[in-house]
Amino acid sequence: MIPTTYYIVLSALLFTIGALGVLIRRNAIIIFMAIELMLNAANLAFVAFTRMYGIIDGQVFVFFVMTVAAAEVAVGLALIVAIFRTKHNIDIDQLNNLKG
Amino acid sequence: MFGSINTSMILAILPEIMLFILAGFVFVFDLVWDDSQRRNLGWISAGGFSLIIMISLMLGTPGSDSGLVWGGMLRHDWLGFAFKMLFLFGATITALFAMDVEDLGKKGEFYLLLIFSTLGMTLMASSSNLIMLYLSIEATSLPLYILAGFFKDDDKSTEAGFKYFLFGAMASAIMLYGFSLLYGFSGTTDLDAIAGVIKAGGMNPVLLVGTLLMILVGFGFKISAVPFHFWAPDVYEGAPTVVAGFLSTASKAAGFTVLIRVLLTSYAPASDTWMMVLAIISTLTMTLGNTLALAQKNIKRLLAYSSIAHAGYILIGVVAISELGITGSIFYIIVYLITNLAAFGIVSVVGRITGSDEISAYDGLSRRSPWLGLAMLVVFLSLAGMPPFGGFIVKVLVLASAVKAKLFWLAFVGILNSIIGLYYYLIVLKHVYLYRSENEQVEIPVTRPYAIGLIVLTIGIILLGVVISPWFNVSTIAAKVLF
Repeated sequence: MIPTTYYIVLSALLFTIGALGVLIRRNAIIIFMAIELMLNAANLAFVAFTRMYGIIDGQVFVFFVMTVAAAEVAVGLALIVAIFRTKHNIDIDQLNNLKG
Repeated sequence: MFGSINTSMILAILPEIMLFILAGFVFVFDLVWDDSQRRNLGWISAGGFSLIIMISLMLGTPGSDSGLVWGGMLRHDWLGFAFKMLFLFGATITALFAMDVEDLGKKGEFYLLLIFSTLGMTLMASSSNLIMLYLSIEATSLPLYILAGFFKDDDKSTEAGFKYFLFGAMASAIMLYGFSLLYGFSGTTDLDAIAGVIKAGGMNPVLLVGTLLMILVGFGFKISAVPFHFWAPDVYEGAPTVVAGFLSTASKAAGFTVLIRVLLTSYAPASDTWMMVLAIISTLTMTLGNTLALAQKNIKRLLAYSSIAHAGYILIGVVAISELGITGSIFYIIVYLITNLAAFGIVSVVGRITGSDEISAYDGLSRRSPWLGLAMLVVFLSLAGMPPFGGFIVKVLVLASAVKAKLFWLAFVGILNSIIGLYYYLIVLKHVYLYRSENEQVEIPVTRPYAIGLIVLTIGIILLGVVISPWFNVSTIAAKVLF
């Protein structure tokens, strides 16, 4: 059996990649994918811990997280489409109407 | 298992059930009515919300037991209940203020999203399990993302919606990772059981602080505390004004409920660790909010920075970790919700006519519409913390709790910040009362829903400051739950 620590290290790596992706990348869709990666890092940690403890709470959590992620994508993509229609661009550096 | 559902469980989620029914009504009437009648959806929503408040107050008040229901997912106690009523009140006023907004007041989906977001908040207030907590936070946020970007042909609104969404999704992902580690190192998702594990020393201190900081990112985003406040001014400026009002009040209050509950139940044994973190966040939030507000020319941005500053004041009470402190914080949230809703209501009324949110658009407002000017005077003096309005007594309470907890420097920072705050609130009032403008003859009509809402709120602000004991008692009962 693979030790739980390996999964946690992998999930921490995934989370870091995701967080860096959000901070560094400028394309809205890529940022979006990076956020999904962060959510999935959390999911991996949940599943690994559940196996370690043998209690089901974490796996239940994962199902809910996946549902929420799907809903979040629906809202997010809709907003991206709305922005694309007026700006013809989804580079987040172009989103500079609001500042001060 | 299923046979064990009893009346106390149903009564615990009575507001939620009724909100669901209300959503059904709004949905049906939205289909049946044509465009000329849809404005009435606002009356239905506002009436429904206030009916829910009344029925809940009659039937659904929590008892004296621990109140854990639905398999330990929800907790039916006064802390949750008081906040539920507060959110419902905020939603009532928001529905009223939305009715006469162009492109928004006649759309059924606006009211539906408002109802579902409120539903999420009421669940947030009573969650006692990490799963429920995450789901209710998301159930609150997702409709709010859409509401912030509601004007989909307007550049500013879509940008506001998208920024709010991006920051929100990022913050909630970090918070979720914090939850996963918290679950991993404590072995449970129950908030009370986590406290037990921490108390028994079952968690490495480094990990404890790590999970705490990750979770604080999510909560800090909701209450727009520094350094997670970047979204607030942009989103408030771009979002429809009524939505900005709802975001800055009900949504922020919901964030505070979970912050208070998680810190003072799960992390209560480690209070020494987070007290200092929170004290620093509170100081930064107050100072940055107030200093950046000084330079604002747009009233919605000014209110955004002012609301950031107020989050800092509310945190003072939490940092004190005493019954008095939490009482002060809860009382502060009540006053803040009512005052800021009124502020955004006035901005919405004026913005409809002048088409501008610049502070210079308020020149000579007292001559154009004396009653609106008076309401603005009450609201801004209350925000500045002047007696006899609500804003004064709550500032005294949180500062007193800081002094009692021997946090003199924090109280000092709070007082210093109140003085900075006073300056920019008075600048706005100077525009309203002293400056003249060329279109002073043009009146600013206040339609009926706005008038009702603003009268209720203005009287509320004065009542909160003059008749203190009932509100103080409610806050005390709610705070007692945690100690």
